[in-house]
Amino acid sequence: MSESNVSRRDFLVRMAQGAALAGTGGLLWDHLLRQEARAHPYALRPPGALTENDFNAACIKCGQCVIDCPPLILKLAPAGGDLPIGTPYFEPRTGPCVMCPDIPCMKACPTGALSTELKRIEDARMGLAVIDIENCLSWKGLRCEICHRECPLKGKAITLETHPRQLSKHAMFVPLVHSDACTGCGICEKACPTEESAIRILPHKLVQGRIGEHYRLGWTFDTEITQEYKVAPDAAAPAAGKKEPAGGLDYLNTGDL
Amino acid sequence: MSTPETHPMPTGLWAWRYIILRRVSQFGILLLFFGSAHWGWHVAKDTPLLAGNLSASEFIGLIPLADPFAALQIFLTGHVLSQEVLIGAAIVLSIYLLIGGRMFCAWVCPVNVVTDAAGWLRNRLDIKPIFHLSRSLRYFVLVATLVITVITGLAAFEWVSPIGMAHREIIFGLGMGFTALLAIFLFDLLILKHGWCGHLCPLGAFYGLLGKTAQLRVRFDKNTCTHCGECAKVCPEPQVLNLKKLEERGLVYSGECSNCGRCTPICPEGSLMFDLKPLIRGHNAQADTIAVQRRTK
Repeated sequence: MSESNVSRRDFLVRMAQGAALAGTGGLLWDHLLRQEARAHPYALRPPGALTENDFNAACIKCGQCVIDCPPLILKLAPAGGDLPIGTPYFEPRTGPCVMCPDIPCMKACPTGALSTELKRIEDARMGLAVIDIENCLSWKGLRCEICHRECPLKGKAITLETHPRQLSKHAMFVPLVHSDACTGCGICEKACPTEESAIRILPHKLVQGRIGEHYRLGWTFDTEITQEYKVAPDAAAPAAGKKEPAGGLDYLNTGDL
Repeated sequence: MSTPETHPMPTGLWAWRYIILRRVSQFGILLLFFGSAHWGWHVAKDTPLLAGNLSASEFIGLIPLADPFAALQIFLTGHVLSQEVLIGAAIVLSIYLLIGGRMFCAWVCPVNVVTDAAGWLRNRLDIKPIFHLSRSLRYFVLVATLVITVITGLAAFEWVSPIGMAHREIIFGLGMGFTALLAIFLFDLLILKHGWCGHLCPLGAFYGLLGKTAQLRVRFDKNTCTHCGECAKVCPEPQVLNLKKLEERGLVYSGECSNCGRCTPICPEGSLMFDLKPLIRGHNAQADTIAVQRRTK
């Protein structure tokens, strides 16, 4: 074997070794990152947060939102926890968002992971309140309605509906959440008197369905008339001459009756 | 340590001056963040002294600061950087361009305290190396960080950085981040000498690339140096003390030097000392003439 062949072989082997090292290391790292970022889909973010993927990418993990939060409810996810490492979150049962009108956490964010496109705190969508009707006191027939009373957007985000109750003259007053107004602040979850809260904040994508484009709720809009009724041509202009005797059930249409 | 008769070694605290200053700087910066977060240190109402952490922060409510490496990664995830982060990163970048990028490593980074402790203990216990690893590996890790950032759309180093973990958890509440510090300590102590800071850390590599423009450098006086090698024994990056290059340039030129100042008090001849780069040429010329005079006398 000539010398140049050996060195070429050496070179190729070294290249392959380097590539293998970079490849295995890179794949491990890549895997670790994706695992970490998708660790837990339940993180509730401060108001104005971008969608989860964008938020994870843009958040620099500096904690300035945590410091500027007046009720100090925000935390940074520690290493080894369930949530994406170093990112801010809150737990409504112990510390709900109090919906400061000036949104100081969002203003503190240096990277725009909490987007300044949020102008009014009422437009924040941190999550959505979901009621477990099996364990809700109101649904059991008690006059509770604490979530409704505590809701900062009561009458819009949570309304009370009457619901008939079997064998009783008294109706139930049950809370109903409206996703078009609920900010996901979690004050209801904090206020719920049951041992485990019967109303909870969850990220929208975990609880909200979508009916799709193909359903037409005909009664919600006036249907356009697409064709006028026209008499069929042969009925309108019967062939001149002898009238054929009507056959079968068609005698009803002959006009003789 | 042998003390030559001609030049008395500095003794007591004075010999430890840079290590003391470095710890004061490292813990002081940590304390500023901690005090602002927990003890309500502020300059005016609702204006904390230094809010945030090493990734990004705001000083006295006016001056944004941001880790330029973190900002670069976020940019590579495909997000337009906000003005605040851009200004903050530019401020930090220009400071380090002026004083030397790796001064972050020796004077600010909290992990340095851990790796210094591991290095000191390793020397004490005289632990033999298991294997050698190229110190250039960190530049490959740096490139890998950027490539993986682009692929995953996540700031690759920020999600695994033991520096970030340690710093965040000291300021914002404890988690498992200290296990990363423990791992680094054991790795540096038992597996590879100066393993993390000297071989792997991509942030150190990033700052190392910024080192060339530094105006604060260690000056080298070739006339007094006796080639005793004491400096290289204490230096965590001994390749920067290559004598040939030192004599050529008259200063420690490599960006990998972290300006930690270990070599300056240890030098028995006082041949190594901090100096400002624009003055170094003049000072070296002066030293040369003195040496010539001494020889001709």
